This record gives sequence, C-alpha cells and structure tokens, in this order.
Amino acid sequence: MSGEAVVHVPGHYKSAVKPVWCPGCGDFGVLNALAKALARMAVAPEDVAVVSGIGCSSRIPAYTSCYGFHGVHGRALPTGTGLKIARPDLTVIVTGGDGDGYSIGGNHFLHACRRNVDLTYIVMDNRVYGMTKGQPSPTTETHWSSKLAPHGTGLSEFHPMAIALASGANFIARGFTGDPNGLADLIVSAVETPGFSFVEVLSPCVTFRPEQKDWKKIVTPGSFTATDDAAEAARRIFTDDGLHLGVLYAGTRPPYGPPIAPAATVPDWLEEVFSL
Amino acid sequence: MQGEPTSSPVTGLSSVSVVLAGSGGAGVMTAGNVLLEAAALSGYYALMTRSSGPQIRGGEAAAMIRIACAPVECMEGSFQVLAAVDWDNMQRFAAEIPLAGDALLVGDPARGDPPGAFTVGGTRYKGVELARIAKEITGGRANMVLLGHLAALLGLPDDALGQAAGRVLGSRPGVLEPSLAALAAGRATAVGSPAGLQLAPAPACPGGRWLLTGNEAAGLGAIKAGVRFVAAYPITPATELLEWMSAALPESGGVLVQAEDELASINMVIGSSFGGVPALTATSGPGLALMMESIGLAVAAEVPLVVIDVMRVGPSTGIPTKSEQGDLNIAIHGLHGDAPHLVLAPNGLGDCLRTTRWAVHLAEALQTPALVLSDQFLGQARAVVDRPEDPPFCARRLTAGQPDSEEYRRYRVTPTGVSPMAIPGTPRSAYTADGLAHSEDGTPSSQAADHLAQLRKRRHKLERHEFGELWADVEGDGELVVITFGSCTGPLREALAGARARGLALRLVSLRLLAPLQRERLEHLVADASRVVVVEQNPDGQLYRYLRSELDVEVPMDSLHKPGAQPFHPDELLDLLLQWSRT
Repeated sequence: MSGEAVVHVPGHYKSAVKPVWCPGCGDFGVLNALAKALARMAVAPEDVAVVSGIGCSSRIPAYTSCYGFHGVHGRALPTGTGLKIARPDLTVIVTGGDGDGYSIGGNHFLHACRRNVDLTYIVMDNRVYGMTKGQPSPTTETHWSSKLAPHGTGLSEFHPMAIALASGANFIARGFTGDPNGLADLIVSAVETPGFSFVEVLSPCVTFRPEQKDWKKIVTPGSFTATDDAAEAARRIFTDDGLHLGVLYAGTRPPYGPPIAPAATVPDWLEEVFSL
Repeated sequence: MQGEPTSSPVTGLSSVSVVLAGSGGAGVMTAGNVLLEAAALSGYYALMTRSSGPQIRGGEAAAMIRIACAPVECMEGSFQVLAAVDWDNMQRFAAEIPLAGDALLVGDPARGDPPGAFTVGGTRYKGVELARIAKEITGGRANMVLLGHLAALLGLPDDALGQAAGRVLGSRPGVLEPSLAALAAGRATAVGSPAGLQLAPAPACPGGRWLLTGNEAAGLGAIKAGVRFVAAYPITPATELLEWMSAALPESGGVLVQAEDELASINMVIGSSFGGVPALTATSGPGLALMMESIGLAVAAEVPLVVIDVMRVGPSTGIPTKSEQGDLNIAIHGLHGDAPHLVLAPNGLGDCLRTTRWAVHLAEALQTPALVLSDQFLGQARAVVDRPEDPPFCARRLTAGQPDSEEYRRYRVTPTGVSPMAIPGTPRSAYTADGLAHSEDGTPSSQAADHLAQLRKRRHKLERHEFGELWADVEGDGELVVITFGSCTGPLREALAGARARGLALRLVSLRLLAPLQRERLEHLVADASRVVVVEQNPDGQLYRYLRSELDVEVPMDSLHKPGAQPFHPDELLDLLLQWSRT
C-alpha cells in the first residue's frame, strides 16, 4: 500500500511497547513467530489486523506494528469475524489464551469454526489463567490444584482440536512457542489456507505452571503433514498425547463470504416499495 | 380527534377502529392487510397492529385496524366493529379489544354466538353466513366474504378494495379471482346493515404517502445513512427489521450476518466499524442486556456503532410481543464506569427513518455508540403515513490520512474531543484500539492523568457538539408542559388536540435525544411553566426519575406512567390530563 519497495523483516512487525509478560513467558516466542511469518508473507503491517480479547496472551496486538484491537474478554473471534467480513482485503489474525477462547468465548469458537471466515486464530494455551494469577482453565488437567480449586476441578479437559474438527474448522495445527521457526511455518500455512484456520500453540506459563518448562524436552516437531481426510485427522487428534506438532488437518471447504453488490449506493426500489 | 364529534349522519366518521379476528389459518392477517391497503388507496390514513395467541402456528389472531381522515400514530381506546371468521378462543382478546358501547359484532351464525365478554352493554350483532357464501364460490374463502362485508360497512369504494386485493394477493396464482368474487358477495350481505359506520370522505390526494412498519423505516434510515454491515441475533420484536435489511443490504453493497448470540453480534459490529464500515445491530431488551459490556468497550475504544432496541415488556423474557418503554434506564445508565454515549428515540413510525438516520450520523461524527429506543408498537405496527421526513444525514467519520510530520496518536486530545481515526490499511497510522485505559497514542496506561484526560475527551465530544433542533419536537404553548418520548408521543398528540379544544393550554415536548440530555434547552422550555407532567409507558416512571435527577428547576413535576402490554390511548390520556389540570 505504501508505494515504494519495502524489504520486510520480522522487526518491522514489532512495536516499541514493552510487553507485560513475565521473563521467559512462552508468549514472547509466539510474538516472534508471528513477526517472522508476516515478514515471510511480505504483507504490509498496515494491511494486517491483530485482534484479541483479555488475558496475558491477549496483550499481543499492541506489541505488533499492525493495526490492533484489544477488546473484551472472550469476544475476539466475533470482533475479528466482523472485521474480516467488512474488510476482506485485510489479513486478520485473532489471538488469545485458553480461558479467553475456550471458556468465556467457547460458544464463539464453535461458531467461528462453523462459519469458516477466512481468518487465523492463534491460541496460546498454557492451561491456566495467568493474568488473574493461577486459576484452572478449560484445558487444565483435572487434578491440578490451585487456590480456587484446591482439589482440582474434577472436570474433564476441554479438547480444542477435537471441537475444532467437529465444528468445521478448515485448518487445524499445533505448534510450540519454543520452536519459533516451526511455529512461523504453521502460521504462514494457516494464513494462506482459505477459511478458518486454528493454530493451537503450547505456550508455557513459567510463573503459575513452571513444570511446563519441560515441554521443550518432550514435544515432537514435524509429527504431522497435512491431510484433508477428516477421519484421519480425528484419529490423529484422539490418539495423540497433545505434544506432537504439525498440521493435523487442512480441508478444502470454501470460506464464508456473503455476496455483496459492487455498488455501494442505495437502489431506488428500497423506498419505492413503501410508496403508495 | 378526541373531543370533537367523530360521527354525524351527514359527514361520516373521521376515525373508525375495527378488528378482524379468527382462528389460525382463517386468513385474518391477509384480510387485515387488504383492508389497510384499501384504506390507503382510498385516500385515508390507517394503522394496523396485530395480536395472536401463544401458539407458534395456528393460534387465534386479531388484526386491529384504525382508519382515519388525518394521520394516526396510535390506536383508539375502543373499537366500533369486531368482525370474526369464527369465535374460537376469542375471549382471550377481550382485554385487548375494548368495544364501544354500541359496537357491531359480525360473525357466522354457523360458528356459534359471540363470547359473552363481547356482548355486554349495548353491542349489536349481525350474522353473515360466511362459510356458506364462500362455499358457493370455487376457491372462495370466508375471510374475504367478511372483509367485503366490513368494507361496505365502512363505505370503502369497490375499486380500491379490488386493487388492494390485487396488491396483497396478486402474486398467488388462482387466488385473486375467487377472492374478488368473495369480496363482492360479502359486500352484498351488508345491504341493510346498521348505518353510522361510514367513513367521512377521504382527504384529497393520497399521493406521496407511504405504507410501512417502523422496523422497515428504521432499516431504510440506517442504509440511507450509510450502514453497510449488520450483525444480529433473532429476537422478537426486532426480527422483521433484520429480515428487511437482510434483503436490502446486499443490494446496497452491504451485508447482514446472523450471529451466534448478541455477544457476538455487538462485537462483530465493533469489528466492522473498526475496519471503517458503518455498522449496526438491532435487538430487544434481553439482547441489549447481553451487549452492555461491549457497548462500554465501544465507548472506551471510540468505535462508532448503532444499536436499535425495539423495546418489549420486561424484565427478563417479559412479554415479547407487547410494547413497553422500560429500557430507558439500562440504555442511559447500564454501562459500567462513566461512559458517555448517545441515546435517541423515534417518536413515530415514519420518524424511525429520520431518527435512525440521525443516530448513524451522530455515532459516526462523535465516534461513540448510539442506542436507538424504538418499541414493539412502533416497530411492528403497519401504517399509512405521509412520506417520512428524511434529512440527508450520512455517516461521515473524521479519519486520519498519512501523517508525515507528526507521529499519529489515535486518541489525541482535540478541542472537540473527536480525534482522527485511522482505518486499517492506512500506512504509518497503525494503532491498537483498546478497552484498557490508555494514553493518547493508545498504549495501555494505569496513570490517573491519562485516565482523566481520556474521560474528559470523551465527555467533551458529546458536550461540545451542537445537536440542532432535532433534539425534541416542541408543539403548542402553555403553562402546562407535557414531556414524553417514543411511542407515547402519538396518543399524546391526539389527547392534547382534544385538551386544547377544551380550552386547556398545553405544550408538548417529545424528546428525540435522551442522552446527552439537552438540559439547558429543556430547562428553558419549562422555565415559565406552572406544572410539568412526564408521560411514559413503564411501571416506575423511568423518564420522570431521570429528568428529576438532571433538571434544576422550581416547577412542580408529576409522573404519568403505566406498564406495558396495554398502550396509552388518546381518550385515556385526555381524561388523565384533564384530571391532572384540575388538581
């Protein structure tokens, strides 16, 4: 858009705003991977919108040099959906955490998968509410003890990949923040695949879930190559331990795009139908 | 019209109110629509509301129609004719269909007698063998026989009735011919019927009038103002507005998205508007309650948008199909924190167009949410109106170009409080819109000074804007001032005409802009009054309490309010105003 030839490097996609994240937070790696991915796609920062809700990871829009929207808790997907439908020319990246996306925003997750608008949803999953200091989220292990739930939640864990597949997401991938190059590859694929693309990122909370630092020793990058066979994707999702990385599913469903007349003027018949 | 003779043997009625009723499938709504169109084509003004049983399909239904020689924006307190295809379950409408003392009941003797609730007092009964007559016509239906009878009673011309039937039924093959025959047969049965129901001659020139609902008028106003994105969740009584826009928007370069809930719809609207495309949602009280948090976000992030609340009886699920003005409190005070925003109210069916159009204009100009308080009556009533006022308000947002010298600050404090808004795609102006308190450049800040500066900026936007004359309709003059808003305006206008005819000097103030309240202008209007009465339809007098808390005036103020389900009627209001003026 800016006219002159621009060489895009990851640094162009970061702002000068200092993140609120704890030192060592997994979300730094997601910010780096996002910047790498955008540079690789050579999209101008002003043509990208990063949309989020509330939580540690939802602070990410202001740390980019793109247009950002930091809205209310749980509603990032509808905001991004409205933006993308109204402005199909923009690259829309919706971001957030497991509490924002799977708990308070759970209903929107289902329907964003169904609706299949051409946007990318990156969830930084650390299986805990970090901003409110350590409460269980939908992906928290059943017996994990916290002040709010000293005996664990007693609830079965939410399975975002299974829900995404069942609800119609067109692209489903798992990445790890400690593998920024691999994660950047996944984000590029997600953005370039038409329709709703879901990237679940293992992003450790070093403060409230320090044991997650061990994820870097046990994840397996490059475990999957994309399949458009939903049954195969379901087998992967249900047999996997949640630590294998890659594209689990890439479908061919056409994205949602309501037909819009090119003319932006008001046709006469709109009021003529009322005239006697 | 109250206070003047409405009937005389020579001139006929200047206003008549009738009901067409019957069980589900009897076609009373179709007949009602034909009657409404026939009245319109004959040069009359008219208004139709409807009521039906709780069944989703097949329940008893009633079309209530008022036909008059002058514009009408409300129903009368009683009906002169109740015409029924059958009487099944009709007693449930007894409270909604108060009959005039000498009202005429029309029904088919084969379907039994009218329920006792309708035969008290001096009501008269006319039996017409609707089913038998209809059966003699291949494809004939009893509803059209009944309509032919009724149209003859009212003196509506034949050709207008036939033309109206063509407009309503014309597209259905094999329906129009038998319908015309049934209408003619029905008309023949009216010979020798009681006189006194004939309408006065129609006023000249029906040209230029419109037939529409308030919901349709609001949708048209939104599109004409530049709204090109609507996201919404179905809810009674706003759904028809959405259905109308769903067809109209794509033709205008816009789009409507059905969201998964109201939380989604308001945030989709925010997303669209952030992207530079003017956006709107429509809902009713329960949906508005769900949207409140995000409307606060739109205030803080300074994202223009419009929410039309077609109010119904609350609280909770309440009575979805009946009107009330009970959402004023939540519309004005429902946001957490101090969050200045716009609240407007159309005061007539046609005015839904102008007020919605103005709301879009104001929201865009002031970069803040505008709530438009319509209601079930305005939204769902269908009426013949003079061509609505349609001032050329359009969405015109102050946007940022490509700043070269100065670094772009989205929330820069300006003299007007409005700061240029960069639209995504604009180079070197990217910013993050935020519900967190922020500094001028949009960076989150918990500093008191930043918070105060942005609070003031958002307040100044509304305080320093010149809203012009549309803030209220001010009619008449007198020491007694009646203040109202929304759908109470219609019956009040009629009641006040009657009061004036009885020598009472009254001034009517119908507030179109409820927030920010134009306090000084309103105080000026009531400064010389001896008394003020605030009229509204809700259980606790929300407007009255709001004005009491805002206005600094010596004049005594009274509240005249009643809950929803039964709208105010002109004669009822006239009685109350006369009583009030004597105390």
